[in-house]
Amino acid sequence: MRHDDTTTTEHPVLGSPARRLLTHSAVRNGLAAATVTAVGLLAVYTVDDFTVGSVAMLTAYACVAMGLTVLIGGNGQISLGHAALMAVGAYTMALFLEPRTTALREVPVLSVALALVLAVLVTLCVGLLIGLAAARLRGPYLAGATLSFGVAVPGLVTYFDHWFNGEQGLPVPPPDMPTALDNALWLPDRFVALIGVVAVGVTFFVLANVKRSAVGRHWAAVRDDEIAAQLCGLSIPREQVTAFAVSAATAGLGGAVLALFLQGVNPHSFDLRLSLGVLAAVVIGGLGSLRGAIWGSALVVFLQKVLADMDVDENLPSASYGLLLIVVMLAAPGGIQGLLSRLGDRLPRRSTHHQGDN
Amino acid sequence: MERFILFTVNGLTLGAIYASMALALVIIWRSTRVLNFAQGAQAAASAYIAWSVTDVTGSFWLGLAAALVGGAVLGVLVQQTVFRRAESMPPLNSAVVGVGLLILIEAALGMLFAVDETRTIGSAFSTKSYQAGSLPLVSPQDLFVVGAVTLTVVTLGLLLARTAVGLRMRAAAFAPQTARLMGVQVPLMLSLGWALAGVAGGLAAMLYTPTATELVPTVLDGLLVLGFTAAIVGGLDSLVGAVTGGLACGLALSYTSGYSQPDLLLPVAFLLLIGVLLARPQGLFSSSRTRKV
Repeated sequence: MRHDDTTTTEHPVLGSPARRLLTHSAVRNGLAAATVTAVGLLAVYTVDDFTVGSVAMLTAYACVAMGLTVLIGGNGQISLGHAALMAVGAYTMALFLEPRTTALREVPVLSVALALVLAVLVTLCVGLLIGLAAARLRGPYLAGATLSFGVAVPGLVTYFDHWFNGEQGLPVPPPDMPTALDNALWLPDRFVALIGVVAVGVTFFVLANVKRSAVGRHWAAVRDDEIAAQLCGLSIPREQVTAFAVSAATAGLGGAVLALFLQGVNPHSFDLRLSLGVLAAVVIGGLGSLRGAIWGSALVVFLQKVLADMDVDENLPSASYGLLLIVVMLAAPGGIQGLLSRLGDRLPRRSTHHQGDN
Repeated sequence: MERFILFTVNGLTLGAIYASMALALVIIWRSTRVLNFAQGAQAAASAYIAWSVTDVTGSFWLGLAAALVGGAVLGVLVQQTVFRRAESMPPLNSAVVGVGLLILIEAALGMLFAVDETRTIGSAFSTKSYQAGSLPLVSPQDLFVVGAVTLTVVTLGLLLARTAVGLRMRAAAFAPQTARLMGVQVPLMLSLGWALAGVAGGLAAMLYTPTATELVPTVLDGLLVLGFTAAIVGGLDSLVGAVTGGLACGLALSYTSGYSQPDLLLPVAFLLLIGVLLARPQGLFSSSRTRKV
């Protein structure tokens, strides 16, 4: 992004004002987020009743994966316990919605929206706490500590069973659909997928802008060289804690969407498998890339779905994304988005101002 | 008093098992600076090997031997195929590769061994405690667990500290360039480290699985986390640290789950881990310097 306000004549590369507007990063990110949302909405409207559940699942994965990719790829901190943060969001959702259930065992859409916001805020606070500890840890220590956090949370949930109802977990009532959608015979899943797509769009827009803002660049500076960043006056712990908190917040959002889709939450739906699944999505998509996180989530979710439909061994999806994780990390650390960008770079570009990818 | 003895014995036995897993992690960390997240899955694979051998031959001891050998072979295999390429990469990459391998091995075990059959690994000896008067003390199995782990630790310690091979291994780990110039076959020594770690992991699996209800691919995930906690508490760098960390974790967790609730086991492990890392980021026994944040 380069503003060239000193030249009075038209800039030779940026060209007309319209082109200029297009290269402004907030507008560009807005357009990208709108595209993501539009594609998502198209999917929600067109897919059949069997696939729409996977779309809802995908939106939940994508929210978490985008936050995780910003944390790992953007700030250099790893987390193997994001499922626990998702659980925080999901339980917040369940506890908030329970008293707001109508006679039909549904909740008003407004309450759902409030619950999503609340889930984000609560998880943000938890993320701040964990981030404070995480900022003092590096590499393998951080990986192990977050792993330990991830497996600890289900135990806490069962211990405080008068709040969380132990192993059975809590129900999450379905949202009360607008009459128009009710008349169109929409299943609750489809409506949840719609909510999920909006959540993904918002997350994408916010994170894309954060990445290109001063904050995002601070995070990247800390990732690349802590000492150099410190010399530039950055507080390393502060950058790491904020990155962790933001990443946690999106995990809370994803967890809340997942709870809405599953219509309930219990400790087992947020186990190590989920943390590792999201990590796989992030790595396969390409570390640090928001679009990559969405590609990766789609791959992981639909791999599970397609292989489950083909009635092959139930372990095959995990086996294949485990293998993909290794191959990608060793052979193509840029992941899917890295490959796409490399393809894109081969094409002639109209603008020499390469803006980097989100 | 009876409960206290029970929890203490239980804690020491479990601690020995955690120590065994911690040893596996520490040996690999020392030799290649990789924290092997796949160790839990590798150990589970050893347990499956043991189960198959015992199933065919009917002998627990043949199964145990197969688990140890299998663990070593698997360790070398994993290092040669995957980790050798990840070693030169940033720690983040090798952690991710380890996680990928964990998922892959567990899924592969699930595919190879269908779930329609319930598999268990019995304990080597009776779990019925010897009595002193009316007080139950230790069971033969407890003694076996502690004995087996002690034997492993002492053997490993002597091997690393007193033998020529051990010296070469340490040299290969700490100064690979110099060691190579002095004629040490560095790759071979690193592989040997992975093999030894595989043995320790296989032993941990064989001692832990009898306490679980059933042998499933994910049975050792919890043990991996606890072994990791033990290794960190001990400092990731020292064998003595791994054992002390293991016993400390075992006792702390046994008292917690005994006097409070078993649900709190992993949360307390997490608190212990975070507490130690925040207070002494280098662990209790490590000699390496801490980094200032």
